[in-house]
Amino acid sequence: MTAIPTSASTGGIGLTLRDVRRAFLGGVVAVDGISLDVAPGEFVAILGPSGCGKSTLLRAIAGLDRPTSGLLQLLDPNAKEKGDGGRALAYVFQDAHLLPWRNVLRNVAMPLELMGVAANERADAARNALEQVGLGDAMRRYPAQLSGGMRMRVSLARAMVTRPRLLLLDEPFAALDELTRQRLDEMLRGLWDRAGMTVLFVTHSIAEAAFLADRAVVMTRRPGRVVIDHRLTLGRERSGATRTSEVYVREMRVLYEALERGDRGEPA
Amino acid sequence: MSIAAWVKRLLPPVTPLVVVFAAMEVAVRMGWVKEFLVPTPTSVFHALFTDGAGSREMWEALLRTAEGSFAGFALSAVLGLIVAVVLTSAGWVQRAFYPYAVFFQTVPIIAIAPLLVIWLGFDLRTVVASAFIVSVFPVIANTLAGLLSVDPALRDLFRLYGAGRVATLFKLKLPSALPSILTGLRIAAGLAVIGAIVGEFITGGGLGGLIGVARREQRVDKVFAILLLSALLGVVMFSLINLAGRLSLRHWHASESAS
Ligand SMILES: Nc1ncnc2c1ncn2[C@@H]1O[C@H](COP(=O)(O)OP(=O)(O)OP(=O)(O)O)[C@@H](O)[C@H]1O
Ligand SMILES: [Mg+2]
Repeated sequence: MTAIPTSASTGGIGLTLRDVRRAFLGGVVAVDGISLDVAPGEFVAILGPSGCGKSTLLRAIAGLDRPTSGLLQLLDPNAKEKGDGGRALAYVFQDAHLLPWRNVLRNVAMPLELMGVAANERADAARNALEQVGLGDAMRRYPAQLSGGMRMRVSLARAMVTRPRLLLLDEPFAALDELTRQRLDEMLRGLWDRAGMTVLFVTHSIAEAAFLADRAVVMTRRPGRVVIDHRLTLGRERSGATRTSEVYVREMRVLYEALERGDRGEPA
Repeated sequence: MSIAAWVKRLLPPVTPLVVVFAAMEVAVRMGWVKEFLVPTPTSVFHALFTDGAGSREMWEALLRTAEGSFAGFALSAVLGLIVAVVLTSAGWVQRAFYPYAVFFQTVPIIAIAPLLVIWLGFDLRTVVASAFIVSVFPVIANTLAGLLSVDPALRDLFRLYGAGRVATLFKLKLPSALPSILTGLRIAAGLAVIGAIVGEFITGGGLGGLIGVARREQRVDKVFAILLLSALLGVVMFSLINLAGRLSLRHWHASESAS
């Protein structure tokens, strides 16, 4: 039995990508020479048109897929042992992807169960994670009994339950209505603020990227390359007021113009 | 459920039955149809319930056939599941062996049943084997389809958290495949009854054996009575699996509890 890695809550994992390229059989080049450095604890948004290789990139970082060439390194300042990588990572998909035969609590505890954490310990951790996403009173319900927004929060809790140091999210709130999405964005930002993990957040939405991230990477259309790597000047505190501030609007314009350029296929 | 609800539910399927029975009864009594071709429902009822030793023989035969069908079905369920799991263990295994699993679907059981008797003898084993052969393929095919259509995102998640093959099988693949498995079992249940009866044609005994006897004696009332009993057996097995399915899938769909 492994204990929940308590060191996990301290700091995030850094990331180095050098000329990462992924070509699929049949010749589609999804990602073409991406270089990127992410510092531990950074919140980075990745923006780009559909099909530009964002998911491919994220999957490669998660170790679910291998780049055809290039260097991809996770830098873990707190790593005590090697091969610890699996449990330090968490991944959130566009849809919740819960197990319909498990109730909310057991869905959230699932990662710990697979890692061999003892039953009472993982139940505690799952309860804690669910409270963080405001679902403390829905633990006995089944996914079919939840709304889309609640399911997504369960999915987020499932990702947070291992106290990941690198959280990868692939358009997690894209299927939700605007208000729900804004609320979840604020919640995610709060989670990050408290836990201090590194976050890579893939999105189509300029508004979401500008609101959430400290840094936004905009990609060209396929084959994906980086148009701009932009540091946002919005400060650490984000709230409803952020969305109406002048800086926010200005940052959105910067991202919008970069997306336009990327869509014409012009890299930086 | 209230009595009114039950009535509402049973009325549609029962009405055609009553109409057909009444028509049969009238047609035979009026002499429009010869009694040795179509029995009156009352004579079928007589054969089933009030024919003394004859009736008892029939219900005992039902139990025998039930035994053979259940055993054959259980064998199909267990072996079919195991075969499907083994087939998904590697791509080459599936390519190598699945074509032979398909073989079971195409076996003309009438033709092969006499062979089974030579191999296994004139007893229950032949009946069970016959029920197994005709019912195993739907279990294999449906389980396989279920195991292969697991949500790729969930597979990724299990990989990410370092789940082994066994954990992935029991915590992800088999539960995901449950609806497909139940579909396979539902089909297999009906086929197992047919397989058992065909086996009994050759071995004698059970409903199949009794049908042979009744046919030779030109007792259409008995033949119909036996048909009713085999239908009853099929319905019971089907309902049991439906019940099991309803219970095990009750959390999957929000509407399930309402229907
Ligand atoms: N397994 C695969 N085999 C072949 N081609 C693939 C595979 N996965 C992705 N692709 C192709 O690579 C390209 C990039 O796909 P990817 O899913 O990374 O895009 P994306 O930026 O995430 O798009 P979206 O915003 O629509 O999710 C697409 O053209 C896609 O068709
Ligand atoms: Mg994608």
